[in-house]
Amino acid sequence: MWVVYTLNGLYFAALLFLTSLGLNIILGVMGILNLAHGSLYAIGAFMAAWVIIQILTKVPVFFLYVSLLSGLVLAGIVGFLMEKSLIRAMYKRTLEYQLLLTFGALLLLEDVIKMIWGGQALYASAPFDLLGNVDIFGHVYPIYFLFVMLITFLAGLFVWFFMGRTKVGIMLRAISLDREMATGLGLDIGRLSTFAFVLGSGLAGLAGALVVPTTPALLGIGMEPLIFAFIVVVVGGLGSLKGALVGALLVGFTRSFGIAILPEIELPLLFLIAGIILVVKPQGLFGR
Amino acid sequence: MRLKETVKKTRWVVYVVIFIVLLFVPRFLSIFNLMLFEYGLAFAIVGLGFNLLLGYTGLLSFGHGAYFAVGAYTVGMIAKYLPEAYRLEILIPAALLFSLILSIIFGFLCVRHTKIFFSILALSLSMLLYALLFKLYHITGGSDGLRIPLPAVFGFSFKGIRRPEFLSGTYYYFLLIMFAISFIVMKGIVNSPFGKALQAIRDNEVRAELIGIRVRRYRLYAFIISGMFVGLGGALWTFVNGHVTADLSHWVFSGEIVYMTLLGGFGIFEGPIVGAILFTYLKLYAMGNTQYWMFVIGATLIVLVMLLPNGVAGAIVSLLGKLKRRKTEETAC
Repeated sequence: MWVVYTLNGLYFAALLFLTSLGLNIILGVMGILNLAHGSLYAIGAFMAAWVIIQILTKVPVFFLYVSLLSGLVLAGIVGFLMEKSLIRAMYKRTLEYQLLLTFGALLLLEDVIKMIWGGQALYASAPFDLLGNVDIFGHVYPIYFLFVMLITFLAGLFVWFFMGRTKVGIMLRAISLDREMATGLGLDIGRLSTFAFVLGSGLAGLAGALVVPTTPALLGIGMEPLIFAFIVVVVGGLGSLKGALVGALLVGFTRSFGIAILPEIELPLLFLIAGIILVVKPQGLFGR
Repeated sequence: MRLKETVKKTRWVVYVVIFIVLLFVPRFLSIFNLMLFEYGLAFAIVGLGFNLLLGYTGLLSFGHGAYFAVGAYTVGMIAKYLPEAYRLEILIPAALLFSLILSIIFGFLCVRHTKIFFSILALSLSMLLYALLFKLYHITGGSDGLRIPLPAVFGFSFKGIRRPEFLSGTYYYFLLIMFAISFIVMKGIVNSPFGKALQAIRDNEVRAELIGIRVRRYRLYAFIISGMFVGLGGALWTFVNGHVTADLSHWVFSGEIVYMTLLGGFGIFEGPIVGAILFTYLKLYAMGNTQYWMFVIGATLIVLVMLLPNGVAGAIVSLLGKLKRRKTEETAC
């Protein structure tokens, strides 16, 4: 069974990585912890589920997988509107107000989701069912999980390339390293911040969209991933992309093996490990 | 100097008058409104404790639901497992003790950090407690929660009395006295040298350290005191609510505590009290009139952050200040 646990760990880690990467980019570039990040995840999940239900029998199978991107797009758009209308006014305010504003946005968005898609669960398991299973060392494993890992790998590669090699990415890193200096060099902070926020929101939406074929989209679906993303951010270090990867792997594997061995205390175990890391290294594994 | 003293004196006169008015509240409020008011009073104690950390020490915790839940669950667990000890005079010290223990453990981890890191850490730790309360079904009742029967008070049992009667009689006065004690104690803490040291830390950490204040230790003390107040509020709240669930430790509940503190205004000592009572009514009003109450609460919060950053009490104070200034200007003319 160890093969399956390892793969499950990778699968959890993949979804977590997408969510916490988005959170971390926003945190690093803008210095704002977005408590509504889980709602963007939920928006991605609901949008993808809704689109899949709408087009299920009308299009070739391939497009079902493309439609998962709708979650990314909608979450990105919502992120754009949110940044332009709310977050923008918060840059110069203190931490309390920034957090409370995103908390307000969280409450607001949860009910907006309820208004648009109603209170019922949306089932969209077609992409999961259609891919079937594969045999790995004598164990049956759903191909869809492997598909999620592949997409996450591609997304991670894209972000890594983007942040490391492109001009915009380098500018974003400059802002997260030293905001004042970056302003002094004439970078357009406002625009780049919007961009970072949209990118982060989109990643959360993608994670939500990817998860929806395996579990129905429910109200409050974004709450749990948000907490795990917080743990990843705390363990990996604020604003560090490498930290997000390592933290996601750590949390993913702890969860997968914890569920397998000690299902009752899977979460406390996770906190115990996070707690030990923090006592030893208070700024997280890759924190500055 | 003399002016300051007279201001202080009139302030205490106002407090006493308000207290006397509050003594007669059960006479002219309906039982429904009285219960709401009792929720508000319990939350006011929570707000007082929370504001020591937010307003006076400058640490924003998004996990104070944990201490609220500990206070509440102490009551629930004693009701379930130690019914012979289910007496108010035992329950309250027990709730204080357990919230003390938990806030020492969590506080030790949290105060090593400040700002966002502190907030996330406090949040995550409260979610740890949530997970434990939720998952250990056979001990804590899981998502069903625990039922809170009426407690005995100094050997006097309330068997056969219905909850509304209990709440409108003895319990209201007990709650009010607990509130008054918390108020006076917190006022003392805030004005003590310790309280001033906390404010120094809030305003400038480096400077505070240079004049010899042990920053981290003082933060831990503030964390513990605030945790105990919140635990007390949680314990008092349970008797009004009659039921506890794991949701009390969920971080969204902690967010509501932050919200009521901001609603009243965390720059002012009395702010959180005003905020707690207002929030109780606002939430009930929103829940009673629309199924989208979270939308209403969230939108109000956003408007508040944008337009009234000092809360309702802050707005009133600045308004009074403006009026006073205008008056002095007039007399000067």
